[in-house]
Amino acid sequence: MDPILRFESFTFQYSSQAEPTVFDISFSVSRGEKILIAGPSGCGKSTLANCINGLIPFSYKGESTGRVTLNGRETKDLSIFEISKVVGTVLQDSDGQFVGLTVAEDIAFALENDCVADPELHERVRSVAELVDVATHLGHAPGELSGGQKQRVSLAGVLVDDVDILLFDEPLANLDPATGKQAMELIDEMQKKTGAAVIIIEHRLEDVLHRDVDRIILMRDGRIIADAPPDELLSGPLLTETGIREPLYITALKYAGAEITPDMLPHSIRTVVLSDEVKEKVREWYRAMPPAPPAEAMPELLTVRDLSFTYPSGHRALKGITVSIRRGELTAVVGTNGAGKSTFAKVVCGFELQQQGTVALEGQDMMALSIKERADRIGYVMQNPNQMISKVQIFDEVALGLRTRGVPEEEVTARVEDALQVCGLWPFRSWPISALSFGQKKRVTIASILVLEPDMIILDEPTAGQDYRHYTDIMEFLTELNARGITVCMVTHDMHLMLEYARRAIVFSGGEIIADDTGANILTDEAIIRRASLKETSLYDLALRCGLDSPRDFVQRFIDYEREAVRK
Amino acid sequence: MTNLFNYIDRSSPIHRLTGATKFVCLLLWSFAAMSTYDTRMLLALALLSFALFRLSKIGLRDVRFMLGFTATFMVINNILVYLFSPQHGTEIYGTSHILLGSGRYALTQEQLFYHLNYFLKYLATIPIVLLFVSTTNPSEFAASLNKLGVKYSVAYSVALALRYIPDVQLEYHEISQAQQARGIEMSKKASLVSRLRSASSILIPLILSSMEKIEVVSNAMELRSFGKHKKRTWYMGRPFRAADVASMVFCVLLVALAFTLNHINGSRFYNPFR
Repeated sequence: MDPILRFESFTFQYSSQAEPTVFDISFSVSRGEKILIAGPSGCGKSTLANCINGLIPFSYKGESTGRVTLNGRETKDLSIFEISKVVGTVLQDSDGQFVGLTVAEDIAFALENDCVADPELHERVRSVAELVDVATHLGHAPGELSGGQKQRVSLAGVLVDDVDILLFDEPLANLDPATGKQAMELIDEMQKKTGAAVIIIEHRLEDVLHRDVDRIILMRDGRIIADAPPDELLSGPLLTETGIREPLYITALKYAGAEITPDMLPHSIRTVVLSDEVKEKVREWYRAMPPAPPAEAMPELLTVRDLSFTYPSGHRALKGITVSIRRGELTAVVGTNGAGKSTFAKVVCGFELQQQGTVALEGQDMMALSIKERADRIGYVMQNPNQMISKVQIFDEVALGLRTRGVPEEEVTARVEDALQVCGLWPFRSWPISALSFGQKKRVTIASILVLEPDMIILDEPTAGQDYRHYTDIMEFLTELNARGITVCMVTHDMHLMLEYARRAIVFSGGEIIADDTGANILTDEAIIRRASLKETSLYDLALRCGLDSPRDFVQRFIDYEREAVRK
Repeated sequence: MTNLFNYIDRSSPIHRLTGATKFVCLLLWSFAAMSTYDTRMLLALALLSFALFRLSKIGLRDVRFMLGFTATFMVINNILVYLFSPQHGTEIYGTSHILLGSGRYALTQEQLFYHLNYFLKYLATIPIVLLFVSTTNPSEFAASLNKLGVKYSVAYSVALALRYIPDVQLEYHEISQAQQARGIEMSKKASLVSRLRSASSILIPLILSSMEKIEVVSNAMELRSFGKHKKRTWYMGRPFRAADVASMVFCVLLVALAFTLNHINGSRFYNPFR
């Protein structure tokens, strides 16, 4: 069969850039295939996506050589509208993609632009809505939908056109683990129903592999360095060398000294063939690992008692929360959207005032303190650094909090310089903020909070929007801060974060705390996983399949091993 | 949080009018109410607007924020008019019937009557504005504007702006909280100058993050064929019906009536003192 999409030694350079962003790209995709394009941030995978859906060359200008053909016709000879009839794109940010005021209008958008009139318009919207199972929400506004529902609507919005290729740009970025799993199932189902080719751009390899993928195209520095079936790539060293996180069970098997080969079918924990020899190696590794000593208990820093909060709309966001955080802890607060985790952070910071209960810091009730006064003790870092940055220069941005507090300028200089050193921003101190990467901006916002010398910092989704390498950088940095004695609390839905970095995870569901334990214990507890929309870790399955009697301990030792032996 | 543009979905004859009809009627109605001080007409308009409000099934509770806001504004406005121009009524009506006191601030029947008219003007227009805001679905409004000949890209950007107002409000709120935590004083404790300066530390991030969103949205729209043809259809569009035409004709007659009354009265004011 002829391929639908074919790249032939294609190179593209943005007009604003000095060098090409993608070089010498050649690959093809046939009908019914499912391809994963993976690679670290800045490897050119988003640019490649824009070349597929026509944003390049129609919205972003630049120079190109080579050819990109869709059904045998070169894309540059088509219009972006003709391309969109063949390629349906689901963007990463499903909020941003939502152009309609309601679900129905959003699905109808492409049809409206094609001048499809009633009654066909309403009929087609209804049938696509039924296909992706959002027909009961047609009149709802985007804000009333869950992350998973939004994604279904985005998908419906491109499925109304009978497209040949479905292109997903980081479909898992804003979803909690359980919803991410459902999203991969949905993509699989839609592919089977429509027969379209699917191209997924992601770096969360293990989550994408929840459903079978035909090939993985691996990119680095603008070039394709591998185009192979998953089993083959997982058996080689290329993935880890490129900075892509391999599935945890594979890492564990490697630690145990097992060799991964394509005939083991390593692409899923369900399919991987474990010989008796491999199982014995895993068991040996487990027995040889000493259990980590329990951490020594520090005095309580934050004490929350019987806290309840109801929004003016009548939504009871927190119900009788009692929890304490000790000095020097690194804690993850997890739960789905609307579980109460963000509200909890806001009440602790004094952005919202509780109707009932107390929040105390070192035993002192904080009720009477203003937002500003609380901020001297508890710092809050927002998810998107662009929501915090208001100055042009890094130095001024970090100094802002001190200057508004009337600290003398010499002291400001000393403290800002100190914070810049700690945050690894010293080399950039004279740069304008606009020249920094996303991760560096994040550090600037953290520095601007640290400079106030709080006892504790709360971060909202610290790792959102970052690939594995930058993610690891940020988390190592937070771990370092934590080692300097700063109590760190992260609000997140990221499982790896809670499993690998946090010593403790507090799980919210429906405004209540349903678990407060180590990540390993939580991610091996089926009841909590279900209620909090988390996902079981594949390490647990591996332990079961190797016949270990205490899978929890196996998970814990794996994490301890990573923390102690590997990172250093 | 209060949403200024708050479409309230009910089933009523007012809701069934197209958005463009309501918009045209709003303009005509306000023009009629603005152009005359004829007490009889203003009273009739006020009563009629209350009746329409009932008909729309929108409760006072639904619009209490806007109502409170305009009521306060109206009271302040009336007080200021009296303070700065206590004999305005006498100037207009040409006579002076003193009720209380003497000198500049002597309270005259003419002044009271003028304030009554002023008050009626509010009563005749505010309910109609609220009615428009709360019974017009933004998407349907865009569709009907397009039918009236407004370019669809313009009509759609109106709907899109309305779509994003709640998001921007929410984001403003979040940024403001985080900035206050860094010590930006936004309360009344700070002086006006420093508050204006503080506002920039909220607005700059707000603008920057809105720009990011605009890029995403415009790409998303283009990828789904927005701008492909000279025309487009509207999912929320509704045909103009007899009631739409009748409403607009009625409002045109109101304007005509206002002008006729002004002509008969010899000025914009109806004068009971002569």
